[in-house]
Amino acid sequence: MERPLTKNIHIDRPPLNLKEYEMTGGYKSVRNALKNMSPEEVRSLIQESNLKGRGGAGFNTGMKWSFVPKGPDAPATKYLIANADEMEPGTFKDRLLLEGNPHQLIEGMIVSSYAIQATTAYIFLRWAYKEAALRIRQAIHEAYEAGYLGKNILGTELNLEMHLHTGAGRYICGEETALLNSLEGKRASPRAKPPFPQVSGLFGKPTIVNNVETLCNIPHIVNHGADWFRSLSYSEDGGTKLYGVSGRVKKPGIWELPMGITMRQLVEEYAGGMQKGYNFRGALPGGASTDFLTEQHLDIKMDFKTVSAAGSRLGTGTMIVLDDHTCPVGFVHNLQHFFAQESCGWCTPCREGLPWVERILLSIEKGEGRLEDLDLLSFHTTYLGPGSTFCALAPGAMEPLQSALKYFREDFERHIHDKKCPYNGNHIH
Amino acid sequence: MLSSEEIKEIEHEVAQVPHRKAACIEALKIVQKHRGWVSDSSLNAVADYMEMSTAELDSIATFYNLIFRKPVGRHVILLCDSISCWVMGYEKVYDAFKNHLGIHFGETTPDGRFTLLPNVCLGTCDHAPALMIDEDTYRDVKEEQLEGILEKYK
Repeated sequence: MERPLTKNIHIDRPPLNLKEYEMTGGYKSVRNALKNMSPEEVRSLIQESNLKGRGGAGFNTGMKWSFVPKGPDAPATKYLIANADEMEPGTFKDRLLLEGNPHQLIEGMIVSSYAIQATTAYIFLRWAYKEAALRIRQAIHEAYEAGYLGKNILGTELNLEMHLHTGAGRYICGEETALLNSLEGKRASPRAKPPFPQVSGLFGKPTIVNNVETLCNIPHIVNHGADWFRSLSYSEDGGTKLYGVSGRVKKPGIWELPMGITMRQLVEEYAGGMQKGYNFRGALPGGASTDFLTEQHLDIKMDFKTVSAAGSRLGTGTMIVLDDHTCPVGFVHNLQHFFAQESCGWCTPCREGLPWVERILLSIEKGEGRLEDLDLLSFHTTYLGPGSTFCALAPGAMEPLQSALKYFREDFERHIHDKKCPYNGNHIH
Repeated sequence: MLSSEEIKEIEHEVAQVPHRKAACIEALKIVQKHRGWVSDSSLNAVADYMEMSTAELDSIATFYNLIFRKPVGRHVILLCDSISCWVMGYEKVYDAFKNHLGIHFGETTPDGRFTLLPNVCLGTCDHAPALMIDEDTYRDVKEEQLEGILEKYK
């Protein structure tokens, strides 16, 4: 089983420095792309590989790049941004790539910048990733020294400046247009689309924002081709995927596996099954803003299309397991507390609606709920759903709630009927 | 007034962006690094230096949870309260902090040593519960380890 993204990552030792990285074939894709391919050839290769965005949306990366204006009339300044603001609860995949092999990300960013003809690249890194920040700074410095960054890269006409930007908190910074505002030194409120960032993004210039894992795939596709990349996968989405499992499993962790491995393999084989005395009740397959899947879904493939067909989203591919000793109402309350707190406050449904949802759930958890509250929660899942809010935060928040109401309805009803949490409500803060 | 060291660091950030104002969050972080938090007078000084109004800069400063507009202790504890840490029982760790330090979320110990804050997912969910103290991350935290961990921070 090939593991292109993680084969040079060893968590027990520091990441490869530039020389060591080059000895494993590192930066070869920069030579391949700059010397043997046109920017458009790189872009169409990536589109053909069917690399889908690993931040959660699952959009074809090469297609996304195709919306950047080209030719003599296009703005000369363009930006590439690595979205390293990993803050989706339950998600810990990009941290591995950032801490484990920062040169791989930089290499992917150089080639991607070439493909879209970007002149400046930023890595937007969340505040908490202190170790990653140190390692990325060092790697950028080494890349400048070796002539992979700066003016006339490898003697070609390509110029690229790269900067590390560390955040100051707030989940919403991971939303790509909010990220742009944050990088411009503003409040991180999302922007109206259109115009899309590909046309008018950072400082009004064409901008591509790609997830870290997405960018780390680029060198390998350029070196080995689209057919190879697609062959890594068990599904029609190309490549491998970083999958993670957290919760009461025996071996929580993160693994690079073929795209399309089943949920059961992840939970039972890689995460070692449930801890003794705990049973699997369900899981959010790809972070806090994805719908629950339950036991009936264990044999589905963890790829974008199949998980969508099952009523959820692959999201970030990092699964949070709900066990039978943990209260589903408390679980969803914790999620809604997070989303209510992290709403940027820009649009009314999200700013006002999410705190109401949080309070209703808390009252149910405390045994003060009424049956009508369940209708009120359902009402919110519709009116905070897609199309009613400025960005995807509130609709994302509604995904675990609407599916919890569907799959764990008897738990909600029991709280209301018994006037207490059947799980002892030991999780209220 | 900003110190010459703060100005030097802010100018380094200004050079990386096309508009001066774009570096204002970095400027706030730099001042906070040197002074522990961003007081009204610090905010005024940064606003003047960045050629912004104080109100505009404060609207930005108060948006970001890791820009502190109130004084904090010498060490800031960020305890993850997001879903994986909740499932794995971060509340026990929180209770232990409350017992040991006598403070709740948002409070600072009377000796000014520690401020305790909740934080969103720290991205180390396979080792929940997790917390950070200043720049250090602690994983798989057990209540009984806290005393030993806190000893390192004077």
